[in-house]
Amino acid sequence: MSEPVSAVKNAVFSGIVRVEDCGPQGMITLRSDASNAKLKQAVKVVIGADLPPVRGISANGDRAVAWMSPDEWLILLPYAEARAAEAELRKALAGTHHLAETVSDARAFFRVTGDAARVREVLAKLVPVDLHPARFGTGEMRRTRMAQVAAAIWLESEGEARVICFRSVGAYVFDLLSAAAANGSEVAFFDA
Amino acid sequence: MLILECPYCGLHADETELAPGGEAHLKRFGPGSSDDDFEGYLFMRENPKGVHFERWRHANGCGKWFHAARDTNTLEVFGTYSAQTTEPPQDIKDKISARRPGWTWREFA
Repeated sequence: MSEPVSAVKNAVFSGIVRVEDCGPQGMITLRSDASNAKLKQAVKVVIGADLPPVRGISANGDRAVAWMSPDEWLILLPYAEARAAEAELRKALAGTHHLAETVSDARAFFRVTGDAARVREVLAKLVPVDLHPARFGTGEMRRTRMAQVAAAIWLESEGEARVICFRSVGAYVFDLLSAAAANGSEVAFFDA
Repeated sequence: MLILECPYCGLHADETELAPGGEAHLKRFGPGSSDDDFEGYLFMRENPKGVHFERWRHANGCGKWFHAARDTNTLEVFGTYSAQTTEPPQDIKDKISARRPGWTWREFA
């Protein structure tokens, strides 16, 4: 099989925070009625994590499930395992109304790391979201607008954020994050 | 800046995260209906200065449609509610009555 290539291959920017392309990332879109009795069990068995609450993201090692909308979840897992997990999900949900599809190559995935306050600040320059530590913490994935495009952000831990967007705007989002992280652009809004 | 609470996400979403969907609770008159009914469905809108009901979509969020009741004059938001309804729920109507006694909007009051 051909070599998977991410949106902005190996791109790294170091400014007040470090912005980098995470490389190929496995993603599966899972859609179903939230009341589907088999759903919870299927996700638990295949991913090893519980279905997250509204806006939540629950992880199990290198796998995670994120809430996308009332009837949609995003599953994150290593790139090479996506197809197999998709097949497992389909098998586990057989006979119920659902959709499981690998969308790994449809999206771009970035990591923003650095000082906790700086990471929040860089994101806050781009999204209409209250990123104060009291209002936005780990375990929540926020789908929002990043400058002119849709994106989802979450904090893996304090000082490490992840950003997902469509692949077609991957280079744009990388440039946005890089510009927001330019040296000398500190705002110090979240500094205690 | 308009800020609406998405009833699905429970988030207070900024206007720039949302897409407007025009007037709410339009009753569709399709094939076989009278020309007047169809014209009303297609073109006639309230465009009030005051209490108004609108459809919005959380386009840069969960992607779901919902309804919002607000005042076009003061930008006060009375509440948001599910799109799966043909009329404003009673609690929203009560909230509007508390703030704008005697309001009417199309057949609702």
